[in-house]
Amino acid sequence: MAQNIAVKVDDLTVAYNYKPVLWDIDLEIPEGVLMAIVGPNGAGKSTLIKAILGILPPIAGSVTIYGKPYKKQRSLVAYVPQKGSVDWDFPTTALDVVMMGTYGSLGWIKRPRQKEKKAALEALEKVGMLAFKSRQISQLSGGQQQRIFLARALVQNASIYFMDEPFQGVDATTEIAIINILKELRKAGKTVIVVHHDLQTVPEYFDWVTFLNVKKIATGPVKDIFNDDNLTKTYGINYKVSIQE
Amino acid sequence: MNLNEYFSLVFSDYTLRTITLGTAILGAVCGMLGSFAVLRKQSLLGDAISHAALPGIAIAFLITGAKDTNTLLLGALVSGLIGTFWIKGITSKTHLKSDTALGLILSLFFGFGMLLLTFIQKQPNANQAGLDKYLFGQAATLVESDVWLMASVTGLCLFVILLFWKEFKMLLFDPDYTKTLGFNTRIIDILITSFIVLAIVLGLQTVGVVLMSAMLLAPAAAARQWTNSLSTMVILASIIGALSGVFGTAISASQNNLSTGPVIVLVASVFVLFSFIFSPSRGLLFRQWRFIKNRRDLEQHKTLAFMYHIAKTHDNISHPHTIKILNNFQGFTRGTLQKLVKKNYVELEGNMWSLTDEGFKTASNLYNQQSNE
Repeated sequence: MAQNIAVKVDDLTVAYNYKPVLWDIDLEIPEGVLMAIVGPNGAGKSTLIKAILGILPPIAGSVTIYGKPYKKQRSLVAYVPQKGSVDWDFPTTALDVVMMGTYGSLGWIKRPRQKEKKAALEALEKVGMLAFKSRQISQLSGGQQQRIFLARALVQNASIYFMDEPFQGVDATTEIAIINILKELRKAGKTVIVVHHDLQTVPEYFDWVTFLNVKKIATGPVKDIFNDDNLTKTYGINYKVSIQE
Repeated sequence: MNLNEYFSLVFSDYTLRTITLGTAILGAVCGMLGSFAVLRKQSLLGDAISHAALPGIAIAFLITGAKDTNTLLLGALVSGLIGTFWIKGITSKTHLKSDTALGLILSLFFGFGMLLLTFIQKQPNANQAGLDKYLFGQAATLVESDVWLMASVTGLCLFVILLFWKEFKMLLFDPDYTKTLGFNTRIIDILITSFIVLAIVLGLQTVGVVLMSAMLLAPAAAARQWTNSLSTMVILASIIGALSGVFGTAISASQNNLSTGPVIVLVASVFVLFSFIFSPSRGLLFRQWRFIKNRRDLEQHKTLAFMYHIAKTHDNISHPHTIKILNNFQGFTRGTLQKLVKKNYVELEGNMWSLTDEGFKTASNLYNQQSNE
């Protein structure tokens, strides 16, 4: 498998106080995979994404995107934060939030114009939310809000997508809609990295997986490494999942 | 002077015009920036900043010995900024939450400021009187140059907001995401906060240290009730702020000895109260009204659906049934039945009821609607 390496993490260590949240993480994510990051609560899954994206400052370590430092490659990367990280009562519309996805390529001061609006509307259509474009965001359901966040990242037209628990608190319809979009992204050659909680759906949704619990336990193709051994190492209890049926 | 006299004098009388213009501009700029403070959930920051400005005023007086407004406000600006960055420092460097940091800095700076004020008052210097007007403000001391200063700061503030609108909006909504797009969020943050500090300092002369935060928050809180768009909210908050300034000044000028600052704040609070109650989408009144109406509608629908299920079992849908049957249905009242009769869905004859054709059709539609959802 002579794939390009999309994301490379070297010796990444992050600590909030004294205790490290992430310890010496080395990670290579090949281009074009749909990867789940799994691990127990407090394992540092969200922290890993935030540290890669420069939201949290690491104590040590480096991140490269396609061989170059992340700061030079921002335009290749899109981020879908946890839905609960923002105040949905903020006075703005669904379309406005999706438009924010174009702000990065616009840069400082420049205003979004027709071109940006068109891109945002297309993204809304992709996630099936076009009819809700003028809706105030507090009047959207949890699943709809998640789709808006996804649309905002789609507008960025990036090569690599980082998503923090996109399936949290959404209904089955939205979950299927989202996973279909993620699979489409992979088909288009994009790399998608998802913090994921539901172990049952890992083999069905993803082709790559990283086990994380402060340290990296394992990373690789789901069919090779998603087994009881690694689950037990990660979650610390005897884990039996009937996955390889 | 009564209110009518005030409004007839406001354009001709120099002093009145200056004061009114000053309080109106102050209200506008505070409303504008207050919207950002409220949406960032930093409502209390304004309170801490204004209290933190007090020692700056005293120190500026001690150093220069002069009571020149601009010098004193410069001192207020410096100590307000120091207080703000200490708050930010405490929250980011320690485990303390921001409310603790705010409370700490607020009381520390205010206490120190009061200490300095009493110290100054004990000085054998005839010049010292009047510094305490910064506690509650004194709009009557506004002169034309003060108004010009306020107007320039407001103009600058407006320019910056228009220039960085997109950045401000995004930072308010989702700071982490803003960072990933490559924007320096620290710069945006410092820009917003500095302008809030500037607006507060400008208001100290008029409204005073103690009440200044209300000028910042009240117009924004009122405006939020009426709109779901950020730009409308900012514009509306400025208008409400300006109106509070004008009416506050008018009321205090027409009633002798009422101090202007508190009256302005009270007027702004009336706007808030009015908005909380009467806003169509978020107001208490309409919410309660919608709630009751929805319940009534649901009660009627449920009763109609219940009748529909009974009527459905008969070949003739308008076959009469006794009202007693309905007592088995929880939530049924005579009132609901009367309303259904009034809507022509049901006919009553003695102790018997029957569905009309229209009622039957409506009920079956209702049933389909519910099961489709």
